[in-house]
Amino acid sequence: MGTRDVGSLERTARRLRLHIVHMMGVGQKGHLGGSCSMAEVVTALYFSKMRHDPANPTWEGRDRFLLSKGHAALVQYAALAESGYFPSELLPTTKALGSLLQGHPDMKLTPGVEANTGSLGQGLSIACGMAAGLRLDGRANRVYCIVGDGEMAEGQIWEAAMAASFYKLDNLVGILDRNGLMATGPIIDRFDTNPVAEKWRAFGWEVLEVDGHSFPAILEALDRVDGMTGKPKMIIARTVKGCGISFAEGVAAFHNGVLDAEQYERARGELGEGKR
Amino acid sequence: MRKQNPREVYGRTLVELGREDTRIVVLEADLSKSTMSCYFEQAYPDRYFEMGIAEANMTSFAAGLSLVGKIPFTNSFATFAAGRAYDQIRQGICIPGLNVKIVGSSSGLSDFGDGSTHQAVEDAAIMRSIPNMTVLVPCDGIETRKMTRAMARYHGPVYMRLNRDDMPDLFPEEEEYVIGKPYLIRQGSDGVVFANGIMVSKAVEAAEALSALGVSTRVVDVSTLKPVDEGALRELAEGMSGMVTAEEHTLIGGLGSVVADVFKGSGIPLRCMGINDRFGQSARSYAELLAEYGLTAGHIESDVLEVIGRRGS
Repeated sequence: MGTRDVGSLERTARRLRLHIVHMMGVGQKGHLGGSCSMAEVVTALYFSKMRHDPANPTWEGRDRFLLSKGHAALVQYAALAESGYFPSELLPTTKALGSLLQGHPDMKLTPGVEANTGSLGQGLSIACGMAAGLRLDGRANRVYCIVGDGEMAEGQIWEAAMAASFYKLDNLVGILDRNGLMATGPIIDRFDTNPVAEKWRAFGWEVLEVDGHSFPAILEALDRVDGMTGKPKMIIARTVKGCGISFAEGVAAFHNGVLDAEQYERARGELGEGKR
Repeated sequence: MRKQNPREVYGRTLVELGREDTRIVVLEADLSKSTMSCYFEQAYPDRYFEMGIAEANMTSFAAGLSLVGKIPFTNSFATFAAGRAYDQIRQGICIPGLNVKIVGSSSGLSDFGDGSTHQAVEDAAIMRSIPNMTVLVPCDGIETRKMTRAMARYHGPVYMRLNRDDMPDLFPEEEEYVIGKPYLIRQGSDGVVFANGIMVSKAVEAAEALSALGVSTRVVDVSTLKPVDEGALRELAEGMSGMVTAEEHTLIGGLGSVVADVFKGSGIPLRCMGINDRFGQSARSYAELLAEYGLTAGHIESDVLEVIGRRGS
């Protein structure tokens, strides 16, 4: 178990964002927006809540983390490097030919990645299968799975939602990155997946809503769901896409966008590069 | 000759496997009375997952089960198991090479009444084109049992294509089944028929009719479509005047394509028999459909005569 110190977690989240900016580099496309929106949630999981051992990525007692919205791989790579799964010097090789760090999570290549996700809608089903299998063995491991609000349009999400509640997978915790933007614009205009909380409740899940950038709120929710039995849990994290980088906040173009040299330096500056 | 239903044999074999290994888990998309996964449900309800009519979720859920050490078998009709869940098989299972077994039941035209929506004519080609995938097509109940057991022992993704109909026993009972190996079902010296699934029994029928004409026909069960043992196929074709492939599947990307790839440039005359780029359709009987699509012993017989140069002799 990691720290509960909010100040320390905030510093870690800032470092994850800096890693994300470094992985983006200059003039290369990358999923900046949906990676930054999850920086606090991913930090809370890897550095406070989850039981895991970076020195032993396949430790049986570990909680599982799946990124169903696999395009946000940058934030997971940042967390894995900060945790010590691999040296952070590897991060700039992201998406380069032959790199361990692929454009979407690849369990065969990246230590700490649990499944191959990125074809949207599938990660939650994989998480359900893991949760069911762990329970079959009487294990207490929890399975955390981040889904996107654009991803809610995938029909398989709702197949998984039904299966999870039918099988009462209370060792499964979903976290919805409710940043309100799909790749091409606002969800409410382009393809509205709302109302999300009502949908998850109707599908038999316990639903909590939190500010996805507030550590006290996230930690409290992660603890609270531990005590809820008999149902899968969904924490709806209200977030801002691109959070932490002023010019990218709420801008759909940074879903899979490019930083020019000036933006790159500005982002690093805003994240306090060199001011640790 | 004894006939067995491959689905029945498969369902019973799953129970055997479940008894021997608690890692075996079975998933179903509401067709358990047809795929015969119902036997496993009765025997091991805790390790049986009814997933509802949701093949995509079933398939990714199976990936998750394999990631915590289980050996999942997913079940549905072949067209849904391989077609509807294609992306789930590709992305979550084959890219990382997970230990998931996908069983496509009622394949080919064998679900004769239900028509084109339920008749899988291209499932093996789709599965064969995915890297890391193994594709198996048993010719009878004996092979179905051995193959199902071999699938459970093998670590990695496997697709098995099962027929709905009863099939005559042909596979040598004493023979050990090894994934990848083509099996000699009937010896012959003039021509060879490479077949799989129901077409193996049609080839044996054809070989019997041909022997009355003085033609000696070898029948080989190529029950592994992938990976292909090219050396073994070449050996089995040695000294043959001609080759015929026979499959209850589209000619595009199935056994005919496999054999044509192996023997290109060999100079041995080859005819490929299968479904010629058409969907299935409803019929009152399976036999009626097989005749409509040219998948009979008579067609094999005539193709063998053609390739060995005995047409009209």
